Amino acid sequence: MSVAAAIRTRDVGELPSRRDEDWRWTDLRGLIRVLPQPSEVFTGDLAALPLDRLAADHHLLVNGGDARIDVAAGKKTLVALRLVSRGAGAHASRVTIHLAAGARLRLMESYESDGGSVCQTALTITLAEGAVLERIVLAQDHEDAVSVSQAEVRLSPTADFGQTVVTGGARRQRIETRVVHPGGRASVRLDGVYLLADKRHADHTTVVAHEGVDGTTNQLIKGVARDQARGVFQGKIIVAEGSDRTDARMGHHALILSDRAEVDAKPELEIYADDVSCAHGNTVGAMDEEALFYARQRGIPEPEARAMLTEAFIGQVIDRIWFEDARRVVRMWAAERLRV
Amino acid sequence: MLSVQNLHATVGETEILKGLTLEVPAGEVHAIMGPNGAGKSTLSYVLTGRQGYEVTEGGATLDGEDLLALAPDERAAKGLFLSFQYPLEIPGVPALTFIRTALNAQRKARGEKEITAPEFLKLARQKAADLKIDFEMLKRALNVGFSGGEKKRMEIFQMAMLSPRFLILDETDSGLDIDALRIVSEGVNALRSPDRAMLVITHYQRLLDYIKPDRVHVLAGGRIVASGGPELALELERDGYDRYAKAA
Repeated sequence: MSVAAAIRTRDVGELPSRRDEDWRWTDLRGLIRVLPQPSEVFTGDLAALPLDRLAADHHLLVNGGDARIDVAAGKKTLVALRLVSRGAGAHASRVTIHLAAGARLRLMESYESDGGSVCQTALTITLAEGAVLERIVLAQDHEDAVSVSQAEVRLSPTADFGQTVVTGGARRQRIETRVVHPGGRASVRLDGVYLLADKRHADHTTVVAHEGVDGTTNQLIKGVARDQARGVFQGKIIVAEGSDRTDARMGHHALILSDRAEVDAKPELEIYADDVSCAHGNTVGAMDEEALFYARQRGIPEPEARAMLTEAFIGQVIDRIWFEDARRVVRMWAAERLRV
Repeated sequence: MLSVQNLHATVGETEILKGLTLEVPAGEVHAIMGPNGAGKSTLSYVLTGRQGYEVTEGGATLDGEDLLALAPDERAAKGLFLSFQYPLEIPGVPALTFIRTALNAQRKARGEKEITAPEFLKLARQKAADLKIDFEMLKRALNVGFSGGEKKRMEIFQMAMLSPRFLILDETDSGLDIDALRIVSEGVNALRSPDRAMLVITHYQRLLDYIKPDRVHVLAGGRIVASGGPELALELERDGYDRYAKAA
């Protein structure tokens, strides 16, 4: 049972539902009665995105298709991977990314849609020893779109993987990352920001499996939900038996800005090793009214004060992006969304 | 300048201010002293418009303008400033960014031109030096990880930068050691001018050795129960508030 299979066979019975523990907050079976026709081939023009302009190399997939990105040993490159949905059809995409030993890649990955499409993207990412990948994902989906992105990441020892997913949600959206962590001084950063309004939904699901000694994982996800929006965070870190000296930290913090917004969070640490340092923190709450009054007492009008405090709240995640130009683009994108 | 007439205010179901009347003319510094729970902080919050403080009777004007009809940020733009007893931490917002946003918002509300970045930095450097604040500290998130004394100093710094017309200092001396108290008081005294006025709320007389008031009022049971010259503060220090608590 998978979203990709459902799209291929047009059998809604293949869609995950709330009966699947892992999908209970992002029920697709209950949402989609009939899967749309396969998406048509798109031949029009697309305007460039701010993130694209940072890249040297571009991969564009419109309404499905396959892409492969290889970075040779010791090479350093900046690639834009743009996944676009046009119209209201269904389609799936597959992307394979491989970094050879010591390769460095900055990946600017974006998702866009303009209607009620149903799409799934499967990414397979492998990093050889000493490779460094920073993956920045910006999802700008349509309010009627259903979008699922599923990445399988496999690291080698001494590789560094840094990820920041930034999303405004969709009708239903899930961005999933599963990492196999070999330890061996490899490091993982799995960050995310969700800014949700209206009836939008965004689900960040991550699983990191530590399978060797001396691995680190650091995660910070922050979100803001207003109106009737719903944010979901499911984070799991598994430390296998014998994966000693693993250092894993997970944080998820959300602001709920209306009575009808909802945030569901399930942080999980499954530790089977003895000598580990693991921590997690999870908070969901309203905006700090005292801080808001303080800002207003200094003369900052309420909407501006709210935007400033919210921007600062998520800014702590954006500041962790390694690539400065991308940090700037993401910060602008967030500021535009918050100042409404 | 500030005129408070028969002010009644409740927090939740409880009436805290019970007919408070107070006049602070331009150019003067008035102290409000009183026992714990007398309504000192409530007065500062009612004047600045904090949510949850409901005025049930009476009024307050600044230069004849009805303060209570204005939003908190509008009152600030009119020149009303409260130095908080417990200044808030603002994670993720550098002190300089916060103050510049506030200053420009106030200027915009008054129909004035925004301050340019070089003008702002020059002013900030000068005021920071006056208050012996390390300029590097102003690049850090406002009040986050600052000591009690640093937070109070940062309040006075903001006051100096925003240049308000009416200042309320709520227990500004609490948490300050003698050196910090002297620096903060010098900062406050530097703002004394014929077109400004101040209300200094304090539990102890100590602060008034540094910021000399023109008038001292005793607030007890939600009302001003006695007023006098600076000698009243000394008398309170000697005899305590018992007499007034009974009067209230």
